[in-house]
Amino acid sequence: MAQGIWIVAEQREGELRKVSFELVSEARRLADAMGQPVAAILLGSNIKEKAAELGKYGADKVIVADDDRLTTYTTDAYVSVIAQLAQAQEPAIILLGASVQGKDLSGRLAARLGVGVAQDCVALSIEDGNLVAKRPIYAGKAYATVTYTDSVPQIATARPNVFELNEPDESRSVEVIDAEFSLDDSQLKTKVAEVIEEAGGKVDLTEAERIVSGGRGMKGPEEFAILEELADLIAATVGASRSVVDAGWRPHADQVGQTGKVVSPNLYIACGISGAIQHLAGMSTSKLIVAINKDPEAPIFQKADYGVVGDLFEVVPALTEALKKVL
Amino acid sequence: MNILVCLKQVPDTESQIKIAPDGKAIVTDNIKWVMNPYDECAVEEALRIKEKFGGEVTIIGVGPKRVTEAIRTALAMGADKGILVDDPALTGTDSLGTARVLAAVIKDLEYDMILCGKQGVDDDSAVVGSNLAELLGIPQVSVVVKLEISEDGSVVKAHKEVEGGAFVIEAALPALITAQKGLNEPRYASLPGIMKAKKKPLDVKTIADLGVDAGEVGESGAKIKVIQITPPEERAAGKMVEGETPQEKADKLASLLHEEAKII
Ligand SMILES: Cc1cc2nc3c(=O)[nH]c(=O)nc-3n(C[C@H](O)[C@H](O)[C@H](O)COP(=O)(O)OP(=O)(O)OC[C@H]3O[C@@H](n4cnc5c(N)ncnc54)[C@H](O)[C@@H]3O)c2cc1C
Ligand SMILES: Nc1ncnc2c1ncn2[C@@H]1O[C@H](COP(=O)(O)O)[C@@H](O)[C@H]1O
Repeated sequence: MAQGIWIVAEQREGELRKVSFELVSEARRLADAMGQPVAAILLGSNIKEKAAELGKYGADKVIVADDDRLTTYTTDAYVSVIAQLAQAQEPAIILLGASVQGKDLSGRLAARLGVGVAQDCVALSIEDGNLVAKRPIYAGKAYATVTYTDSVPQIATARPNVFELNEPDESRSVEVIDAEFSLDDSQLKTKVAEVIEEAGGKVDLTEAERIVSGGRGMKGPEEFAILEELADLIAATVGASRSVVDAGWRPHADQVGQTGKVVSPNLYIACGISGAIQHLAGMSTSKLIVAINKDPEAPIFQKADYGVVGDLFEVVPALTEALKKVL
Repeated sequence: MNILVCLKQVPDTESQIKIAPDGKAIVTDNIKWVMNPYDECAVEEALRIKEKFGGEVTIIGVGPKRVTEAIRTALAMGADKGILVDDPALTGTDSLGTARVLAAVIKDLEYDMILCGKQGVDDDSAVVGSNLAELLGIPQVSVVVKLEISEDGSVVKAHKEVEGGAFVIEAALPALITAQKGLNEPRYASLPGIMKAKKKPLDVKTIADLGVDAGEVGESGAKIKVIQITPPEERAAGKMVEGETPQEKADKLASLLHEEAKII
């Protein structure tokens, strides 16, 4: 009988990404409901010392696959290792982050194991021993609740920033195990030639807890300075609407929306964004939405928790000043 | 260089989504069907590679007859031929089933590269590309924003978008690439292109033609089963921040964020 919940931890440059802890936290809740253990799978090189961190959030066991060829994510190497482990140990459920890595890995892993995958889930539960996953479809215009047939393991990816983190428990002990696997160079058909880190080292939009976004109402690229200033003050990442990206004011990586990034920050401040359906699709799972727009009829106000009708060139700098006082 | 593009037809992104009475599907009347936006980028990239290296671009779609329109659009953009797999047994097929059908089409074709979209903007799965690459046993690079092919056409260098940057991945061909927006600016079909497309070959196949077992596809073969489709939860009505001047509104917003929402 397949047993236990696995999560695939995610690291970059040897640092665990936040989604890894969200996965452990959610897996802990599900596993407690099933009376089963949680294991985290950690791949990388010289990565073992990070295992304890996963334990604090609720992993009972961390299975570490340490190999130079696992330093940076590649589909071939990671799928090969995880599939071998899963075939040998038969977990009931495998959770991954709905990050670029997790989405790439999950589909390939699922096909190798001949099972289904529910991508980008925002809620997970266990019913009659099966994983039940809720995921946005049509860019969040509807939600599908799905389950699995004939799938061992049941694989799902979890949208970053959605699942609540457990309070880390420093006293929790964790069993760290060396994974048994073999990697044959002939299976490795892709190679990472270069890793390009964007200048500034800002938190990526998909992981940001706060986002300040600008739309066509910003008038031009230079004007984003007022958003940068607000963002710096509140440790936010700057995003943009597609109009802004199409106009070349901001890079494509900054685009929020159906054909940009899907984000779930705690706070999303939309400045000079009308709230087109494709934009809303990318940010409507934000926990608190603020809209600043001079048009009281702008659709963004229908989604906003706090709306300010006004000229953003006046409101945004005044907000920055006001926040300096309360911080 | 022969390139295959897997193409999905989806509701236009402007579409209102209505849930069917059985709560398991969406109402498809009055929907405007279009080529999946990411697949437009895939078609465009295929055409650019063909323009540089020569060869043929073949479009493959799995779905009902209406998908012919999306395939014709790709042919009008400049692709050479199309294949549609249309079969009543395919109703309810999930990602893995779709990938199986695509793999069955592809096993008889010669190709150097397969291009897919990053994800379908209908079920937002982003699964079929990697499922397919695995079934075919070829390397994959997903979410690609820049593609370079070596002069001899043997190796691809793909810039894959990752959080906060990009990975440059090298893979030997044949490989499967999934296209992200920003890879290119897809062209529009020209009027002569549309005329020419009418005469380009578009084969329609059934799963029996492909030797696919009906039990592997459709609802019976699906590994993922939809229990229920629901509308998004309504957000609680928001608050408009009042004030005489922008300054007053900003001060009030700051205190709401700090004291009421306790978020800053
Ligand atoms: C297939 C497809 C995919 C798409 N994907 C995306 C996507 O991923 N993301 C996305 O964002 N869009 C997307 N779009 C585009 C979308 O439909 C809208 O065109 C776009 O979001 C509009 O951007 P905007 O709100 O910045 O501009 P506009 O709609 O022009 O709105 C500008 C707003 O600024 C306000 N404004 C102007 N001056 C000021 C001022 N001084 N102070 C305050 N407010 C001011 C105006 O009142 C207006 O509401 C997509 C479209 C299609 C067809
Ligand atoms: N029915 C289909 N026919 C052809 N290609 C498809 C089909 N479904 C998905 N694809 C391809 O796989 C990509 C990802 O789709 P999905 O996994 O459904 O999000 C799409 O952009 C297409 O390139």
